[in-house]
Amino acid sequence: MSTSTLSRPRPESLRKPGSRTRSNLSGWGFATPFLAFFLVFLVWPILYGFYMSLTGKSLTGANDSLLGFANYAEALADADMWRSLGNTLYFTVISTVPLVLVALVMAALLNIGVPAQWLWRLSYFAPYLLASTVVSLFFTWMYNPQLGLINEFLTGIGLPRVAWLNDPNVAMWAIVIATLWWTVGFNFLLYLAAMQNIPAQHYEAASLDGAGAWRQFFSITLPQLTPTTVMIVLLQILASLKIFDQVYQMTAGGPGGSTRPVVQYIFETGFTGYRLGYSAAISYIFFGLIVVISVMQFVITRRRSA
Amino acid sequence: MATPTLTRPAPSATTANSLKIRQPRKKLTVGRIAAIAVAAFIAVLWLIPFAWATATAFKTETDAAAPDVTWLPPSGFTPEAFVKVFQDGNIPLWTWNSLYTSAAITAITLVISALVAYALSRIDFKGKKVLMTVIIASIIIPPPVLIIPLFYQMLALNLIDTSWAIILPQVIHPAMVFVLKKFFDQIPRELEEAAVMDGASRLRIFTQIILPLSRPILAAVAIFVFIGAWNNFLWPFIATNDGNLLTLPVGLQTIKSAYGIQYAQNMASALLAALPLIVVFLFFQRQIIKGVATTGLAGT
Repeated sequence: MSTSTLSRPRPESLRKPGSRTRSNLSGWGFATPFLAFFLVFLVWPILYGFYMSLTGKSLTGANDSLLGFANYAEALADADMWRSLGNTLYFTVISTVPLVLVALVMAALLNIGVPAQWLWRLSYFAPYLLASTVVSLFFTWMYNPQLGLINEFLTGIGLPRVAWLNDPNVAMWAIVIATLWWTVGFNFLLYLAAMQNIPAQHYEAASLDGAGAWRQFFSITLPQLTPTTVMIVLLQILASLKIFDQVYQMTAGGPGGSTRPVVQYIFETGFTGYRLGYSAAISYIFFGLIVVISVMQFVITRRRSA
Repeated sequence: MATPTLTRPAPSATTANSLKIRQPRKKLTVGRIAAIAVAAFIAVLWLIPFAWATATAFKTETDAAAPDVTWLPPSGFTPEAFVKVFQDGNIPLWTWNSLYTSAAITAITLVISALVAYALSRIDFKGKKVLMTVIIASIIIPPPVLIIPLFYQMLALNLIDTSWAIILPQVIHPAMVFVLKKFFDQIPRELEEAAVMDGASRLRIFTQIILPLSRPILAAVAIFVFIGAWNNFLWPFIATNDGNLLTLPVGLQTIKSAYGIQYAQNMASALLAALPLIVVFLFFQRQIIKGVATTGLAGT
């Protein structure tokens, strides 16, 4: 028998001779509860959603007839749809960078060896446990132009007041700052766990060679973290693309639609405009975008690891 | 395969120890002092929103809205806003709604995911490959894409404005199925062989051998799912308009319009909503951090 674990015979000993049918039965038996929910609440809606996108279905029940791809044609010519999609992509780009970098810095600082680690972890990670509504209440208050803590600080050091959530040029950045505060702790934890899995011998050898903390970070820690970084970036992009809560709660998409993400546009066409069919079509365009981005990520990471 | 070693340690070791805190006794170099200073600076920044919300919540409404922005209010601190929120607010009701819906979501998710994960890990059945591929592929589906058809489906099933509408669509976590399957894969098969010899059924092997060995991963998945369900906003917001069924995050959204510019009461409500998970976190910090770190990379 070769030593490679891959060539080790798969232990099929649990299967008694002639128990093929029983295995099939018990296999599907164990899968059935999950499968039932999966089919009813995931597969069916995703298929039915596509059907809806081909109809003029509305909440008022007016027009159920099949329209073919008319909704899609309308959506592709809809400036508001493109604007909201653009806002989502813009948010994804400008939020992913700080959400990964700040998380890395936080983890690296703690990994250097600070006393009372739990205290730091608590303060960095605690916001992640808050509901979006809590975060939005906190930050709407801090961003208050007249009474907010942030403008108070800015005027205190001689800077002008900023109209944070009311200025179309600043509002998206204000959302990014709130999001950074809220969710960076999650990426931070993943980085910290990965850093603590790097074998200590790597560092000991480098120390003996006289490499300082900076050298060690760039020549050992960072390269060792590459797979983690790739995963965190991928997960962050997918999470950022789904942006809705904070924006809806803090600016309601404003001012003047400058922060409205595509999920909010889906929500509004469906539940405020009652146009379920049209809304489903936009959902599918958004879904298509996510599939394209995921496939691109998959191809890129495959090439990297190959 | 000749020597089934029953004493072999459970594979939990690999994941459970991954977050062991290494605390090397290093000298206090300039670099380390600088690192601690920067870490402390970030920690203070990260605590400011909590501190400011707390300071505001304990002010009178007049002080909170005063144009002089101060940490220490002229009329002193008072629990007035909390009392007011408790008297005419629905926070206890919303907390209860969040608690039982999240608990139900977590329980159903754990049961159905562990069962299917066991089948994928241990049982050779026809169509297993297809099933696995379909579940993996479904990880890509973003929940916001489902809101329109799911809402329509809930209308058709007559479930809108019931807790079931909140619970049922949230129990499918394909990524968690794979977290569990990966864990089950590491449990040595020898442990089950003895039970098979004794004629134990699959279900018995699953409940009496596999599940007890899987406590750490089950806890990790439970924590991950519970936090997600507790804080979920979009779907519960759509699924119910009934004021008696609102969950905490959705209920909190309604107070903004109800209280208007009552800053102290807004902050008191936000803090009361934040409290349960923060308290739980203080008690179970290690488990929660381990849980998030082990499931995090798999789950979106």
